[in-house]
Amino acid sequence: MDIHEYQAKELLAGFGVPVPRGGVAYTTEQAAFRAEELGGSRWVVKAQIHSGARGKAGGIRVCANEHQVRAAAADLLGRRLVTHQTGPAGRVVQRLYVEEAVTIARELYVGLVLDRRAERVCVVAAPEGGIEIEEIAQRAPETILREVVEPAVGMQPFQAREIAFGLGLRGGEVNQAVKAILGAYQAFRDLDATMVEMNPLAVTADGHVLALDAKMTFDDNALFRRPAVAELRDYAEEDPRDAEAAKYGLNYVALDGSIGCIVNGAGLAMATMDMIKHAGGEPANFLDIGGGASPERVAVAFGLVLSDPRVRVVLVNIFAGINRCDWVAQGIVQAAREVHVSVPIVARLAGTNVEEGRRIIAESGLDITMGDTLADAAMKAVIALGDGGTGGSRLAREVA
Amino acid sequence: MSILIDGTTRVILQGFTGDKATFHAREMLAYGTRLVGGVTPGKGGTTHLGLPVFDTVKAAVRATGAVASGIFVPAAFCADAIMEAADAGIRLIVCITDGIPAQDMIRVKRYLRRYPRERKPMLIGPNCAGVISAGKAMIGIMPGHIYTPGRVGVVTRSGTLGYEAASQMQALGLGVSTSVGIGGDPINGSSFVDILARFEQDDDTDAVMMIGEIGGPQEAEAALFVRDHMSKPVVGYVAGLTAPVGRRMGHAGAIISAFGDSAAEKAELMRSSGLTVAPSPAELGRAMADALAAHSTRAPRAAQRVPA
Repeated sequence: MDIHEYQAKELLAGFGVPVPRGGVAYTTEQAAFRAEELGGSRWVVKAQIHSGARGKAGGIRVCANEHQVRAAAADLLGRRLVTHQTGPAGRVVQRLYVEEAVTIARELYVGLVLDRRAERVCVVAAPEGGIEIEEIAQRAPETILREVVEPAVGMQPFQAREIAFGLGLRGGEVNQAVKAILGAYQAFRDLDATMVEMNPLAVTADGHVLALDAKMTFDDNALFRRPAVAELRDYAEEDPRDAEAAKYGLNYVALDGSIGCIVNGAGLAMATMDMIKHAGGEPANFLDIGGGASPERVAVAFGLVLSDPRVRVVLVNIFAGINRCDWVAQGIVQAAREVHVSVPIVARLAGTNVEEGRRIIAESGLDITMGDTLADAAMKAVIALGDGGTGGSRLAREVA
Repeated sequence: MSILIDGTTRVILQGFTGDKATFHAREMLAYGTRLVGGVTPGKGGTTHLGLPVFDTVKAAVRATGAVASGIFVPAAFCADAIMEAADAGIRLIVCITDGIPAQDMIRVKRYLRRYPRERKPMLIGPNCAGVISAGKAMIGIMPGHIYTPGRVGVVTRSGTLGYEAASQMQALGLGVSTSVGIGGDPINGSSFVDILARFEQDDDTDAVMMIGEIGGPQEAEAALFVRDHMSKPVVGYVAGLTAPVGRRMGHAGAIISAFGDSAAEKAELMRSSGLTVAPSPAELGRAMADALAAHSTRAPRAAQRVPA
């Protein structure tokens, strides 16, 4: 789960990470009020969407008076920002964060991640901040510093000092950076984060070290024990279909293609998408309906997949292990009757009680094309698109 | 032979009396697994499915001589259950439950490091289908009938894609020695490499099918292990060629977030490391048949005759 910058800063500040003063605003009026409340003569008005690279997209405005704050707020609220992280659809700005502006002397990168190789938390830092770590990794990988945290004792001050000195900090800057890094680690650990990023961690002209931007991602599997974090979820930032799916314990990810997929198991769902691509089509979604595919769940799955107007064919691929094909078939038949399905359905059933499942579908009188194998089903789904059969014939050639 | 378990392995289940464990315990017993009891704290002294229930894993091990445990307890209590099994001397811990917090797994992995190599238990999973030695025994939730006893080892992140592979091989007359689901979490017990090493040592395994997916470094590490340390042919597949960057595809660990995480990159490394990469998920069985045929013409010790 992702949260907004202002939420991450508030959480991090609670763990002693120095951040600039600021306040959230939902309207132009509130933005102006925040600026006045903060005082000073320069402010930054920042669009709050779940994405980095907001500056490049025009989502960060430096303002020198109240008039400029109002103008920036009015312009940003409701605007659709497109970054490489949001995809072409972009995100609509609904919240702003108004912050005191600081004069930056240096920008550093500090991030904490779950290192899957080490199976530990790892601090990653670079002397060049304000750009993405992927870019630094490509351009100057030798400048990247890493400290892996021993989980039995947690992060130690010497590790934070290694980083601070390694980044070229001196004098009073070192202790401030150490405080920021140790605080960020504590937040990571205590809140079950999977990523904390301070980018940039800035050194100001007057010698302060501050997290100018902050990003936190949390472990979905741990939200049950972090209710305060779970409350920060902003549903407006998520595809409504993802949220709807989550309610029913389904895993749905919207994609750009035209063949909707309903599959049991995450690996088989990915493989089904691959197979559609291989057959010359494009999957419209990833959807794992999980182990217990009851008729109700199958019906919800159909509803979700069909709510995407791009879907022109639905491919159901079930390998029943614990499930039984006859139950799944009943689910398909029930769903096809309840949810108005106006596009062709191709179904492939395999595993336990497969004959019974096929019989149920055949006797339902519904227009469902059965696929014998993964390849057969994918090919039939592509042919059902009716795009002149180009994709289908490509696979047909490969199979032949 | 097979790896990890066979018909003599004494198995207990943790969370034994729950609905899911009960359902799967019946399946395991019917398959021939030597299930000798289970653990549910507070229900010690009772019986369930005709088998003794214990309050602690230590008590279960003392009374039954169990060496393997299948864990079915809810995610919030799994880390504790895994460590309890390790502390009781269980040698093989198979954790089926999904949804365990990553930091709990960090803790578990750190805890397991306290054991010297010869006493360190093997953890399989979490978030996996389990382990099955075809025709002998299983600790897990897979449909046993799709595994014909045979000489191909299977190691897979995904449960259902592992079923797909087993059934494609079955259709071609190819059987399985042992199939191991290592699970779809970002931090898991055993890696592809851990299991590949066992298959390489197993006299009754001639070849290995390895099914990975997007996210994480384990497929790349496995490819290099195959190149440097394996004599047996390995067929690979990586699911998620069409997965977008930065989106979690069901499994907690199935997300492209770093260089080398994508299916294309992993498949390419497998290919260049000498694995046979199945061109599509529909050709897992065929790719294995071809690899076995090619290997048996090269090696005099014929692996297995494969119908053309």
